[in-house]
This record gives sequence, structure tokens and C-alpha cells, in this order.
Amino acid sequence: MGIDVAIIDSGGANLASLVYALKRLGAQAEVTTQADVIRAAPRVLLPGVGSAGNAMARLREARLHTLIPALTQPVLGICLGMQLLFASSEEGESGDTPCLDILPGRVARMPASPARPVPHMGWNRLRALREDPLLEGITASDYFYFVHSFAAPVDPHSLAVTDYGAEFTAIAIRDNFRGAQFHPERSARPGARLLANFLKL
Amino acid sequence: MKFREHRVVGDILELAQRYRDQNADELVFYDITASPEGRSVDRGWVARVAEVLDIPFCVAGGIRSVADAEAVLNAGAEKISINSPALADPQLINRLAARFGSQCVVVGIDSQTTPGGYSVYQFTGDPNRSHDTRRETLSWVREVQERGAGEIVLNCMASDGVRRGYDLAQLQAVRAVCSVPLVASGGAGTVQHFAELFTTHSADAALAASVFHTGAIAIPELKQYLLSQHIEVRT
Repeated sequence: MGIDVAIIDSGGANLASLVYALKRLGAQAEVTTQADVIRAAPRVLLPGVGSAGNAMARLREARLHTLIPALTQPVLGICLGMQLLFASSEEGESGDTPCLDILPGRVARMPASPARPVPHMGWNRLRALREDPLLEGITASDYFYFVHSFAAPVDPHSLAVTDYGAEFTAIAIRDNFRGAQFHPERSARPGARLLANFLKL
Repeated sequence: MKFREHRVVGDILELAQRYRDQNADELVFYDITASPEGRSVDRGWVARVAEVLDIPFCVAGGIRSVADAEAVLNAGAEKISINSPALADPQLINRLAARFGSQCVVVGIDSQTTPGGYSVYQFTGDPNRSHDTRRETLSWVREVQERGAGEIVLNCMASDGVRRGYDLAQLQAVRAVCSVPLVASGGAGTVQHFAELFTTHSADAALAASVFHTGAIAIPELKQYLLSQHIEVRT
């Protein structure tokens, strides 16, 4: 039996929670960096914790930096994996780390203030800017769990936004590529619903 | 109930699921006897917890190395929290932040009000080894942030377990030098204590143990109360 989803191993720890979340939904996932497994998978998840520079280095090492943008099946980036879909990130020593360039724009450091400490850690609601099957059954009163210090600006590719001092992109979309800044695998029932929606795309 | 008399709670899996079902926002699993005895947490349970939990959770106790942290994070924990090992080897914070990112590195601080100000205590899980480190709490708070801590849990020892409310004065003093999320610990006894913590902006989140374990406060009632006080909470 084939897998339902390939999870790209972009380094860093913490893929277990995503695997368990998919398992709770009855989906078979494989954590991999193998090009043929990723290409053949009906859906692809690109998670990631740690820094953009390290994750991109690892993707390049596995020659996935050219493979991922060419994928045609549904792809969902999560947290850092979402940020990697953009052209570049301010994260990293140079202050400008080239990323996968599937979405235009630059991921920037969130400004800290006494009322809004960074990293942004906590539960926030989404404001959907348009309809999408990924958001089926998700309402404005559902909370999602965020943990991040960098964020993508709001632009025409924003599917949903969240406010933390200023609005940033919570979900981005372009064609078959989507990215969620929050962790659906740690977002209780609404997160499970979003993952279930992704499995139906 | 103070640390030195801490109670043994029931099966952690059952507790984890109970708190998940009550809409807890995050769980922290403390093995406070791990550091004094020089042993690490038994990690078999971390994966079992990760299998059933769909909310973030943090593991604290006996994490002394990048390898210790990696095992816990790979098993499915969202964050690791270090306290005594950070005092013994402050560079550990830098190594953990460099390897895993600040967002999963929590530093726990046990702080006591002393005649000279606020002091950091170490090995508070063991009455025979618990002692004043001679570190000033505010300077330690600054240092751990510079080293890469992404969150600070401040346990105010005088308040802990006595349920007379969070130490708002101390929390505010710490928050003034804290640009990462500050979690208040120690002192919660009533739902009003949680409300005053948030209405005075003394911390970004509240942590409590005994009032939830004993059933003195149920999380759904607490959240309803906070909502009635116009404090935004996830329900």
C-alpha cells in the first residue's frame, strides 16, 4: 500500500508530532529526503524547525531545492517550512537567506515590544481573506498554535492572516503550494481539521 | 504545597488527556527530582504523550546536553525546559538555541525574595541541596535571553504552593527586562489570581499545577471567568 503523504525531512527535530497527528487521522506518512518517494507521493508536507539557513542547506544537500518547486501535487509547508516557500528570509547571518522562491517576498523578523514579546508563542485566530478547501469547516473563532520569530508579509498570496501587533500571513497559497505559519499538528481540533482538509486535496 | 513536599501525581497519560479535553493551552511535564539526583528523565513516556496530545507540551528535568534535548524533541515534545543545568553550564543555553532554535528552549528560574532583592535558587527539588546561587534574578533573566532562551518560566518560590496569588511585583520587575514570553508560576489559588496576573500585564501566560491536580480549579471554569473579565482566552 502506498503512502498518503511524504514528509520532507528538512532537519531539526520534532517530526514525530506531525507523524502522530497524521496517524490519528488514519493517514500513512513517510519521513524522507528521497526524491523518488517525494515525487511519487500524492501529497507532500514540508515541516521545519530551527533556522532558514540550516534548513535550506539541508534541502540543497539532498538536491531538493530544485525538486520541490517543480512538484505538482498538493504541498503544505508548516512553520519554517512555510517560510521556505518564499523568495528569501531575513533569518541567517547575512540577513538574507535565499529560499525556494515559490512565493514572492521576503520573510522578516517580527518586531518585539513589551506587549508582544518575540518569539510569538501562543494561540491565535485566523482571518480568512478568501475561500479555499484547506479552510473548509474552520471558523473565525478557531484558535491555532503559533511559535515563530519571523513572519511573511501580507500580500496577494495570503489566504489567511493573523494579528500579532501587526498582521502577517498565517496561510499562503500559490497553485498547489500552501504554507501555514502555525502548527496544525499542535492546534487541537481545528488543526486536525485543517490537516484532514489537506489530505482531501 | 511547596516543592520539597511535592506530590506524586497519577498516570501522566491519563492526566495529559484530561487536561487536553479541558482545553489546556499547553502542558509542562516536570520531573523536579531529576537534577538533584543527577539522572535524566525517563523518556519512554514522551512519545506516548506525543501520540495522544494535539496541543504543545514541554518537558523539564535533567536535560543536560544537546543529546538529551534532541531525544525529547525527537520523541515529539515541542519544547524543553532547563533550570539547574543552565545554572551549572550557562553555555548549554547557547548550544541548545543554536541547534534547535530559541523557540523550543525554555529556561526555568526559581527565584526567592531576599533582603538584597531577588535571588536565583538551584536544586529546589531537593530540600537538602536547595540553595541560593548568589545570582541576582534580574541579571540572570537578561543573561539567559542573550544566550538564546526563547521563553522564561519564573517560579516565585515564596508564593509557590501557598495559593495566595502570583508575585505580581516580582513578575513585573522581571518582565521589564524580558523581551521573550514570560510565564508566571507559583501562587495561583483562585480564578481571581489568574485574572489579576493578566489585567496587570505581569506575565504573558500562567502556569499552575496543584490547583488543577486537586480539582480546586477546573480549567473550563477558569477560562469562562477570564472571558467574563474581558481577557481573551482560547475556549
